[in-house]
Amino acid sequence: MTGFASPLAGYLLVAALLFAIGLAGALTRRNAILVLIGIELMLNAANLNLIAFWRFGPHPEALTGMMFAIFSIAVAAAEAAVGLGLVISIYRHTSTTELDKINRLKG
Amino acid sequence: MSPIFYILAALTIGGGLAAVLLKHLVHCALAVTVAFAGLALLFLQLDAQFAGFAQILVYIGAVAILIVFAILLTRGSELPKGGVFSPTWLVGLVIAAGVFAVLGWAVIQSVRTVPQQITVPTVTVKDIGNALVGRYVLPLEIVALLLTAATIGAVIVAMHQKEGPR
Repeated sequence: MTGFASPLAGYLLVAALLFAIGLAGALTRRNAILVLIGIELMLNAANLNLIAFWRFGPHPEALTGMMFAIFSIAVAAAEAAVGLGLVISIYRHTSTTELDKINRLKG
Repeated sequence: MSPIFYILAALTIGGGLAAVLLKHLVHCALAVTVAFAGLALLFLQLDAQFAGFAQILVYIGAVAILIVFAILLTRGSELPKGGVFSPTWLVGLVIAAGVFAVLGWAVIQSVRTVPQQITVPTVTVKDIGNALVGRYVLPLEIVALLLTAATIGAVIVAMHQKEGPR
């Protein structure tokens, strides 16, 4: 159970790929909502890492990784609510959600 | 590695890729919901039942619905004229590929030295509840305060302002 075929490496590689996909989405899309979706994908990839290390780590009964993932899910929910509220507020001011058209701070 | 893992990984990665690549925002929201569901199933596959069901409740139940609401409220379902990708998309793609290369290299290089627990951990929801109100009670209270503040803040930010200069 060493090297590439180990379960932990598989989960970590999936999480790394998902993180890279989320980062690419956040960096390349023009719509603000898609950027938020990319950020959510990155947070989810981090959660998968935490759960995988909790499962294959030496002391799963200590619940550290599990607790970190649960609190991370709660914080991500709060972040999504505030982020989407901001997008709706910006849309009401500028009538667009395209990030390269939102180029001034004064609404 | 079981075949179930490969199926779930393909589902998650495919959902994430579709969410980033599709043109219509509503399709992107559906694809990201598929990715969230795949991640919840991966959590269940990792014997983390509580986190898996919390993922389903919070992400599929709340975040996906919020994203759909935001898309419909901002008329995001209409296609933009200048394409869906930003003019500097190549730079973003190179950065993301570089990040994945570094992360994948680090995982493949270091996973041989990590000790691996093969036995299934026997952690029940009762244990998690006891830990939440015992050792982790202060973070729990802080998260409760954060969620309250975020809810009020989101409502205030998105609230319609009738007066004042635009």
